[in-house]
Amino acid sequence: MAALVELRDVSKHFPVARTLGELARGQHPVVRALDGVSFDIGAGDAVAIVGESGCGKTTLGRLMLKLAEPTGGSISFEGGELARLSGDKLKVFRRQAQLVFQNPFDSLNPRFTIYRAVAEPLRNAGVPTRQHAERVADAFRRVHLPDLERYLDRYPHQLSGGQLQRVVLARALVLEPRFLVADEPVSMLDVSVRAGILALMREVREAMGLTAVYISHDLALVRYLCERTIVMYLGGVVEDGPTDEIVRRPRHPYTRALVAAVPVPDPDQPRAPLPIHGNVPDAREPPSGCSFRDRCPHAMPRCAAEKPLLRVTGKGHYTACHLDL
Amino acid sequence: MILEVDDLRIHYATQGGTVRAVDGASFAVPEGKIVGLVGESGCGKTTAVRAIMGVLSENGRRAGGRIAFKGRVVDEAATKQLLWRDIAYVPQSAMNSLDPVYTVGRQIAEVLTKRGGRSAAAAKARAIELFDLVGLSDRRLGDYPHQFSGGMRQRAAIAMALALEPSLLLADEPVTALDVIVQRQVLDTLRDLQQRLRLSMVMVTHDISVVAYLCDEVVVMYAGQVVESGPVREVLARPRHPYTMGLRNAFPDLLSDALELVPIYGGPPDLGATLDGCRFAPRCPFAQDSCRAGTAALADAAAESHRSACRRDNEADQLRAAAMDPATWQHS
Amino acid sequence: MAAAASATLPVLRRMAAMPLRDPFAFAGIVIYLLFAIVALTADQLAPTDPMEILFTKAGKVAANLGPSAEYPLGTTNLGRDIYAQLIHGTESALAVGLSAAVIVALVGTVVGLVSGYFGGWIDALLMRIADMALSLPFLPFVIVLMGFLGAETSNIVLAVVLLLWPSSARVIRSQVLTLRERAYVEAARVTGASQARILFVHIAPNILPLSFVYAAIAIGWAIVTEASVSFLGFGDPTNVSWGMMLQDAFSSQALSRGQYAWFMPPGLCIILVVVAGFFISRGYEEVFMPRLRGR
Repeated sequence: MAALVELRDVSKHFPVARTLGELARGQHPVVRALDGVSFDIGAGDAVAIVGESGCGKTTLGRLMLKLAEPTGGSISFEGGELARLSGDKLKVFRRQAQLVFQNPFDSLNPRFTIYRAVAEPLRNAGVPTRQHAERVADAFRRVHLPDLERYLDRYPHQLSGGQLQRVVLARALVLEPRFLVADEPVSMLDVSVRAGILALMREVREAMGLTAVYISHDLALVRYLCERTIVMYLGGVVEDGPTDEIVRRPRHPYTRALVAAVPVPDPDQPRAPLPIHGNVPDAREPPSGCSFRDRCPHAMPRCAAEKPLLRVTGKGHYTACHLDL
Repeated sequence: MILEVDDLRIHYATQGGTVRAVDGASFAVPEGKIVGLVGESGCGKTTAVRAIMGVLSENGRRAGGRIAFKGRVVDEAATKQLLWRDIAYVPQSAMNSLDPVYTVGRQIAEVLTKRGGRSAAAAKARAIELFDLVGLSDRRLGDYPHQFSGGMRQRAAIAMALALEPSLLLADEPVTALDVIVQRQVLDTLRDLQQRLRLSMVMVTHDISVVAYLCDEVVVMYAGQVVESGPVREVLARPRHPYTMGLRNAFPDLLSDALELVPIYGGPPDLGATLDGCRFAPRCPFAQDSCRAGTAALADAAAESHRSACRRDNEADQLRAAAMDPATWQHS
Repeated sequence: MAAAASATLPVLRRMAAMPLRDPFAFAGIVIYLLFAIVALTADQLAPTDPMEILFTKAGKVAANLGPSAEYPLGTTNLGRDIYAQLIHGTESALAVGLSAAVIVALVGTVVGLVSGYFGGWIDALLMRIADMALSLPFLPFVIVLMGFLGAETSNIVLAVVLLLWPSSARVIRSQVLTLRERAYVEAARVTGASQARILFVHIAPNILPLSFVYAAIAIGWAIVTEASVSFLGFGDPTNVSWGMMLQDAFSSQALSRGQYAWFMPPGLCIILVVVAGFFISRGYEEVFMPRLRGR
């Protein structure tokens, strides 16, 4: 299947305040939020981007929606480069790509009624006002908030987290987009509600044929949503493959640590000791070569000298590691 | 039992009237064990722990019940005496409560000199010991909080709580804001502390995976009440209360074969309203008319010390089997 | 939960309800209303021309008279009616205060919005100008400006605006910076909202209470500035104001003669207006930052 979204060598460097020494030496230190990320997302795919805080996953999501511009490389949507979109073409893109946020309590303007919030994308896209009510109702049915009248005149603070996240999803779907990015869509919700939102996201994706990216720190959760998972560490992709493979037979030493660290709700499940130590290094001064090498139990001289590139390590499975996997 | 909580009731005065945040909760912490207090937001777990510490917010008060520490009844005034010395508390987001203008070492030393009455030299030696205990290098004692990562700050907060050698540690969501790998490291530290110091712990969390990994016993709370309690292995493997069964189904499991998470329909009740009958009944797929009429006391079930507050507890095995089927939870 | 809900309650409604909850702010608003009524009905309340030199029946200048039924606060050393001056001084005080408040709030809000939302060189330029304005010494600048542009009341307003807009612009800018990062603002961008719509529909309404805070502060500052300048003798000589009254009283040694009815009332009025402005701004600060409540 053709790729809907293509990332080529995408980088995002944020300048940081310089110390006097750096100023004197004329250096421009940067935080490498993303460094050389390339992958494709096929139309209709559901891809998870997993990693710890600071790995660049949220930045990546923002770049894919043109909420920020990359400092290097290119991102294209349906073959058109995002950086070149403006005017009407940008409007078309905005209609096709939508975002669901982590915090449902902050995703809706507190001064807008629910109806106004969900109708806002229609207004911005220039859909005639007389069609709004019907399309809002459609979106509400999609997210299983059918008893419309109960919600439309309310304000966000009158709804629960689970209801709000359904409203946020309705707003994202009201323009019938093709591409949806969800950044930790359930991490702020209670467990018993979470499952319902996840099931809903899966259902709407299948019903509408959406291409979806789920950004999450929780490997256990994305397993229920995505066939493919991309694991990121310190601004780069370390492993990319079928979710089931990643969970059951992780290749990259970092992914192995990640899988080993995820707690499971079963006390009888034996838990292997954590294979790595230490903390994620400062993104201002990542290690040379492989960015994981200072914590890797298998690090060898080559890892310091040469940055490992993604290579095929299974069917549809890529790993960025010098080890013989 | 190092801590016994009996029929605890905590009321908050709000603009909308009285909210019964904790409404008759009973549980106990055995000496040297880690007890997980689990439940969803608003179930009263944090309030219960804050009541034990005597640090309720201004509009909250103890409306009834008994709290006993090492057999001695603790009233609201007495908790202040116990604080730090016998019972230590790591509040929610404790890692963000370190003072940014003092070094971490100085803040720990201050607890030791001001509250513990130690000399400056003894405090310094103890601070080094504490850092070692929670897995931090003593070279970092001179660092400021912003120089620490989230996990390190959380360790420092735990070290500070342990400064005066308490026998009971109450920790409110100590690993929630941390990344998985760091979370695991802190959990391992907590388990190590329990074993080395024979520390008793109450761990407030919403995450049953964390309970499964760390705790010996679990207390499940729902809408201000305890619905089930017992050994972790027992409760998670053979839950007897439908709420626990539902939570188990709703919780993601990296290693299970099930490819679906099952939500529990609806949401928790408004604790400001008068509630009759079982509080979970409106969401429970097994609720009968009798459930709506009256509550069930937390009763000992077949297995020792495994207690459940369900009117249909005698059918628990059949209900559990039915609960495994996602269709059971589908709301008609 | 209850706290979170009240924090997100539509700001305008909370702004309207604020005086009812905060007795100090309520008092402040009552004081302003009273002064406003006095200013609007000044000609009825005090039909005497405040600058007219009055004569006694005996034909002498009615100078330095004590309070009486005819002249409730007595007369000045030049035989002018102090009561009439006080009443008409209210007019000029409110005119100066309100016009300064409106302009300060307007300029501060627009600059803060533009600077915070667009950032980049516009932001850098506006904020450097603000820094320069903030570094000006207050009274000397006003006096110099009056010297250049003439001793007119409108120039006092101009001076106050030039000096006060930067602090409101800076605070509003920093608020816009945080609002800009809020998820719902980002959401508006994703759904294709125009810059103007994001700025005026999603961001501006949330900083309105802040504009009010600075407007209320500016009223007090402007009136005090006008009084100070007039007291120092740089004021508009044709304009009756409380500061001018104090200047007259001071230079004619009313204090040593014990003419309390001359200098106490304008002094009290200045204090009242400034305190009322402070109470109102404090009330709106709490609307804006609910965390301050109960402290």
